[in-house]
Amino acid sequence: MLNDITLGQYFPGNSLLHRLDPRMKLTLTMLFIVLVFIPRNWISLCGAVVLLAVTVALSRLPIKLLWRSVKPILLIVAFTAVLQIFYVTGGTVLVQLGPVKITTQGLNNAAFIAVRIACLVMGSSLLTYTTTPTALTDAIEYMLAPLKVLRVNAHEIAMMMTIALRFIPTLVEETGKIMSAQKARGADMESGGLIQRVKALVPIIIPLFVSSFRRAYDLAMAMECRCYQGGEGRTRMKKLCSAPRDWIALAVYLLVLAVLIALNVRFGSVLN
Amino acid sequence: MLSVEQVHFHYDSDTPQVVPHAVLQGVDLEVKKGSFVALLGHNGCGKSTLAKHFNALLLPSGGRVLVDGLDTAAAENTYPVRRMVGMVLQNPDNQLVSTIVEEDVAFGPENLGLPPETIRERVDEALRAVDMWEYRDHSPHKLSGGQKQRIAIAGVLAMHPDCIVLDEPTAMLDPRGRREVLDTVCRLNREQGMTVVLITHYMEEAAMADRVVVMDEGKVLTDGTPQVVFANGDLLRSVGLDVPQPTALCAALRARGVDLPSDILTPEECAAALLERMKK
Repeated sequence: MLNDITLGQYFPGNSLLHRLDPRMKLTLTMLFIVLVFIPRNWISLCGAVVLLAVTVALSRLPIKLLWRSVKPILLIVAFTAVLQIFYVTGGTVLVQLGPVKITTQGLNNAAFIAVRIACLVMGSSLLTYTTTPTALTDAIEYMLAPLKVLRVNAHEIAMMMTIALRFIPTLVEETGKIMSAQKARGADMESGGLIQRVKALVPIIIPLFVSSFRRAYDLAMAMECRCYQGGEGRTRMKKLCSAPRDWIALAVYLLVLAVLIALNVRFGSVLN
Repeated sequence: MLSVEQVHFHYDSDTPQVVPHAVLQGVDLEVKKGSFVALLGHNGCGKSTLAKHFNALLLPSGGRVLVDGLDTAAAENTYPVRRMVGMVLQNPDNQLVSTIVEEDVAFGPENLGLPPETIRERVDEALRAVDMWEYRDHSPHKLSGGQKQRIAIAGVLAMHPDCIVLDEPTAMLDPRGRREVLDTVCRLNREQGMTVVLITHYMEEAAMADRVVVMDEGKVLTDGTPQVVFANGDLLRSVGLDVPQPTALCAALRARGVDLPSDILTPEECAAALLERMKK
């Protein structure tokens, strides 16, 4: 059960999207999130969908993979949509059951929001599919660097992320071992009510905690042995470098943003 | 290269009433450039504590440690000493920092603030030296223990140290992983003239060194070539150690009147000596 945890979800490839600078990909993803929330009418939303479709095509990722990213949140999409159907009033009443009304406006809103969330998830999962965790960490370190004025140490945040990523599989493996060890001593983890099951986790979490402190101590020593003194005076082997394609991508996204706003103004809002 | 002069060490105790336990009680040791020293001793004899003195992880409570003439106790020497004396620890999982092999090897040189091109060269060179170059873009958690330990060695090599200290590097490995790590260490010593200090529990590993130092109760008990040290089996057994199996076999046969040399260390030497004896 613990073996299917994948570290990040990077899908190796060499598409245009894979080769974009991770910093730009991060920026574009944030821009895309804005883009998805801007449309107020279907034509404008279509613009965002087309942009997503083009980006997906450029990533050369198998469609199945993207479907997999949307699948876990289908329930949330459905739930939000249903809420919209019942709560939004206006338009023609289609069905009425006592106080509950289903209106055309409600259906319209539900569909709109479902499409919006699906786009949002697909768009942001593109980032993690096409960027390695390390590249992403480097990008975050770079982009947080200006926060130095607020005494935020971007290097330390990035180092913590790297170490966390590095140790997730190790700790997962260890959890499995501890579980087997406790089962061998007669621990029962599969039966009983909720409270009992939570209680059964205690003998797993405590040894895991203790051992992660020991690991932390060892790692700190190993890092000191290798002359680690924090971000000051440190260089990087792999430098991030931006190419013209990054700026072209940004220009395209900004253009789409302008177009969507224009479409909003021209066609008005269909949402209530 | 490494010079330990009358080093005493005890951990600071929290309560003044308790007399702190002295871990090192006057150790003298001189490690020459290019030599391969094995440090033996049972648990708690202070060998790991001594190792931590070599790169200023611990500072002596008395006496001094000099690395290439630099006193480890001086604050400005800490990082130069750590660059010169690389250290590989026991648990391969707990000393790798990054999720990608080559980036982990780059960690040390990055800390030294070297230019990116130099780091790239050193990383490639270090990975080739431990025979892990094909794995450079793998993620460490998918590698075997022996491979991880070789990555850790590469990470140290990339800092261009003058000496490598390995603190029980094979204790958590399977026989194949042990073989890989030891072969790598021996090759570094023989081909690149790297000074090696190997702390170990295994007599067979100590037999590969050109000098064996045995520690007991925070002191150096004996010191000499493996042939000389292992010839004195009784002394080793009295401090909870043993001699390599081929040496023990020859000693047992000698005790029964079979004429065999006392400086046998490896199975090959043992087989050759027995063959020689039978021919007579």
